[in-house]
Amino acid sequence: MMNHRLALAAAETPAPAAGAEITVHGVAAVCDPLGGLYLPDLSCLVISDLHLEKGAAFARRGMMLPPYDTLATLNLLAAVIARYDPRTVISLGDNFHDRRGSALMPDAFRDMIRTLAFGRDWIWINGNHDPDGTTDLPGQSADELVYGGLVFRHEPSLIAGRGEVAGHLHPSATVGRRGKYVRRACFATDGARLVMPAFGVLTGGLDLKHKAMHGLFDHAALIAHLLGRDRIYSVRFNSLIG
Amino acid sequence: MIRFAVKPLQIFAPAITFDLVEKTLADAPYNLPDLLPRPFQTWFAEKGWAPRAHQMELLARATAGENMLLIAPTGAGKTLAGFLPSLTDLARRGKVPPGSSFVGVHTLYISPLKALAVDIERNLMKPVAEMGLPVSIENRTGDTPQSKRQRQKTNPPDILLTTPEQLALLLANKEAERFFKHLRYVVLDELHSLVTSKRGHLLSLGLARLRRHAPGLRSIGLSATVSDPMDLQRWLVPQSGPGQEVLHPQEPAGLVHVKGGAAPDISIMTTEDRIPWSGHVATYAIPAVYEEIRKHKTTLIFVNTRFQAELLFQELWTINEDNLPIALHHGSLDAGQRRKVEAAMSANRLRAVVATSTLDMGLDWGDVDLVVHVGAPKGASRLAQRIGRSNHRMDEPSKAILVPANRFEVMECQAALDANYLGAQDTPPVGEGALDVLAQHVLGMACAEPFDALELYDEVTSASPYAGLSWEMFERIVDFVATGGYALRTYERYAKIRRTKEGRWRVSNPQVAQQYRMNLGTIVEAAELNVRLVKRNQLGTVGRGGMSLGKVEESFLEQLVQGDTFLFSGKVLRFEGIRENECLVTNAFSLDPKIPAYAGGKFPLSTYLADQVRAMLADPSRWHVLPDQVRDWLAIQKEKSMLPKRDELLIESFPRGNRFFMVAYCFEGRLAHQTLGMLLTRRLERAGARPLGFVANDYALAIWSLNDMGAMIDSGRLSLGDLLDEDMLGDDLEAWLAESFMLKRTFRQCAVISGLIERRHPGKEKTGRQVTVSTDLIYDVLRSHEPDHILLEATRRDAASGLLDIGRLGAMLARIKGHVIHRALEHVSPLAVPVMLEIGREPVAGEAQEFVLAEAAEELIAEAMG
Repeated sequence: MMNHRLALAAAETPAPAAGAEITVHGVAAVCDPLGGLYLPDLSCLVISDLHLEKGAAFARRGMMLPPYDTLATLNLLAAVIARYDPRTVISLGDNFHDRRGSALMPDAFRDMIRTLAFGRDWIWINGNHDPDGTTDLPGQSADELVYGGLVFRHEPSLIAGRGEVAGHLHPSATVGRRGKYVRRACFATDGARLVMPAFGVLTGGLDLKHKAMHGLFDHAALIAHLLGRDRIYSVRFNSLIG
Repeated sequence: MIRFAVKPLQIFAPAITFDLVEKTLADAPYNLPDLLPRPFQTWFAEKGWAPRAHQMELLARATAGENMLLIAPTGAGKTLAGFLPSLTDLARRGKVPPGSSFVGVHTLYISPLKALAVDIERNLMKPVAEMGLPVSIENRTGDTPQSKRQRQKTNPPDILLTTPEQLALLLANKEAERFFKHLRYVVLDELHSLVTSKRGHLLSLGLARLRRHAPGLRSIGLSATVSDPMDLQRWLVPQSGPGQEVLHPQEPAGLVHVKGGAAPDISIMTTEDRIPWSGHVATYAIPAVYEEIRKHKTTLIFVNTRFQAELLFQELWTINEDNLPIALHHGSLDAGQRRKVEAAMSANRLRAVVATSTLDMGLDWGDVDLVVHVGAPKGASRLAQRIGRSNHRMDEPSKAILVPANRFEVMECQAALDANYLGAQDTPPVGEGALDVLAQHVLGMACAEPFDALELYDEVTSASPYAGLSWEMFERIVDFVATGGYALRTYERYAKIRRTKEGRWRVSNPQVAQQYRMNLGTIVEAAELNVRLVKRNQLGTVGRGGMSLGKVEESFLEQLVQGDTFLFSGKVLRFEGIRENECLVTNAFSLDPKIPAYAGGKFPLSTYLADQVRAMLADPSRWHVLPDQVRDWLAIQKEKSMLPKRDELLIESFPRGNRFFMVAYCFEGRLAHQTLGMLLTRRLERAGARPLGFVANDYALAIWSLNDMGAMIDSGRLSLGDLLDEDMLGDDLEAWLAESFMLKRTFRQCAVISGLIERRHPGKEKTGRQVTVSTDLIYDVLRSHEPDHILLEATRRDAASGLLDIGRLGAMLARIKGHVIHRALEHVSPLAVPVMLEIGREPVAGEAQEFVLAEAAEELIAEAMG
């Protein structure tokens, strides 16, 4: 079947949401199947790892990947913003695939972002792909943000995990039944911290059982919220394959 | 054991043919001294040999300026024949005096295998040395050291032995013209196997370029028997493409054809053991195969997949009480290990080798006196070539035993022998040139020197696979090479090739040429990881280092969980994890491995054989040759249900568990059945049958559902005629194809070959994952945003030529119209058992993904609600 996020981006109207209602460090949150985390008490939408202009970043190195990923990701972003109409949007880093991405982005995409950000606070958290912040875009850049009882940063911290919402790892999880396996991007949370799925349509995933994830979560409480077509599938860590 | 002597059918175009061996110089109408310089005559005389008639025929005609094709079986002295025109010409030329101006390569030899190039060098050096000819011979492969390559460029050998990829590299070099301007001959070995692949397309473009550098060039093709020699004869000469004036109308290359030797002696293995209902491994026959190994000097055991090879090898060793030297050879194994096996083989130190198609071709394998083929033949040419591996002396019959792996295969083997099948040649036709290969070539030509698009178009269309290429398509390819060819033109500033003031295309910067060189070639392996055998220390952690065992596909490893065991390289291994780009394993000592399910290597049943099997099924008078168990099986089927006539399609329905099943016996091969299954489930869904899944083997298709399909058919709520109407190959097919795994895999190859995606990037040579971006993602992006993109066009073309199964499906649907018979049964029928046993072995795809997700989530819900 078509890549899950691309299929969503290509859909005429986004499927109705059946998000999973959870709490992170006591803060109410909704994991949306489009890949955004909505914090209703703060009217805040969190997305992570947009990797905008990834195609162009490869083209600069001689691999002419299709120049359509930015548009598809922004369409998904528009859909999730329309769904919650948040006061604040936090983009959790790796907003662009490389340092030059935001400066060299075609104007049409820049205008789309301006429209999406109109009337909202927009915070660009810097990531490892784009540590220098953004060029000529609305909103402000920061390395991390403390807000509403949570800490927002790109890379999960190994020492201070409580109340942290991070990205970077592109978590995905695999479930299996009777020898059949499905792998999907997921929100990963043990109630104390949460790692966001990658929002960009041209991003890969890293399995929740990969060693890079070690030490981040209390496995007994860890739940993977997998992104389905129009709902979230919540599965305990111990029931995952991998 | 049942024995059959199979006589080859002669279905060749008229040509000069020779019976083997008998005809020698005495009968040939040639003026010996004119053709063969004195050292050759002396050499033949001293050896007590005489040149064979076909060798002299080829020599005379090539020397007179003809392009030539030689078709001959192994052992006919094909190689010497191919080189005689060059060697005699070089002998007449004499030694090049020191201080002469630069002399380029005289003869280029191209083989599909680098091992073959190395082998030929050895075989050719011997007579050259014995005759004292002033001829230098060297090979140039991926293994040739840099210093030698450099020296070869300044001081080329007279005869250079190389591969299609190395030729492309040489041609993309600025010095190409100088290097090749004196070229007189190109000798193309195993041409039949090259021309039908993308490597052949690349080679044809290389040949067109060589002709530009050396207009007087003659080509000599060497080939095994093919169904249509004229395809190859045309391939060897320049064509006049569209829009070109026919300046030098070229006759197809001349044909010299040597007939095959003695008819092979083929039999079907029969044993007392139970023949399995399904499966492809034939474990039941292993003791009998072992007995045959003991009775023969050297046995080659061919299987169709690596998985079969692994399992068979392991099973043979479990009963190898005599400790016979039995080895394993397949493409996933480490190259070093394969070379060792090959060396031991040619030194006659092995009693048996279990092999896949990696051993189909070329090299001389010592004294093989028996070929065992496990699994049904599936296709005749492959079987013929494999059987030809045994006994290289042409006048003695090759000996081969077919080992059917299940009951249907027994019938398939029997049908093949009854129909004298082996002589029928079913080699694939030479197809249209692939567009991704053309894109690679265009970039290579820009690396060599700035090109004029019109000139290059004329050159490209002189290559026979590209003779029909339109100018518009060529322009799109150039645009693709430059900026990716997207409608959204945002990459102009990153273009790889640009136009000069004079309107010629050149590479934008030296890195582009470097990227080209690193990514050249048309063989795209599935993403594979190296398998390394490590040890666990006392603390239970996995150590570093250890032996490299070969490569295994990434998609297979993705399904493994730590602790899972699988069979690889003849060992049962325990999966420990993936570290960087390696798969770490330890010895498992387990007897029940989870087995590698390699994607490749599954050949579909040929149309011809399928028809033969249907015929046998319908005619009990032909069953007497079948083993008792198979005969009983068919008889019970006849009693419990029925056996369809040759032109009928039998559909059975029956309940089982809490499901309803429908089995269709189409005999069109697994791929065609899978496509049919996908299309039928869509229709059954619309008809309200609530289908849940389907499974296919080479002979039948089984679909299961929640509603009783048999009752629906009997009550008229479901019409079989509508269900199986030909119109299903319209929109339903289009929609399904776009999602299919096959198309994605094809796209991946196109993306890599065309240079859209790199295999290797400068400075990152050692990333084990062969492709740096997910091509599935790129495919989906293109499909949703630019469905007319040239690379999707290239993918569809490739798929269409690879999708023979769709054509078969169409032919079947037309054939069975009005001949569909339905039987509603109480229980599963004997004939249905093989396909029913396949259930559960299929990977999950499409809509079913959401079901698996939902079911996994239900556990948590149950926990929360409980």
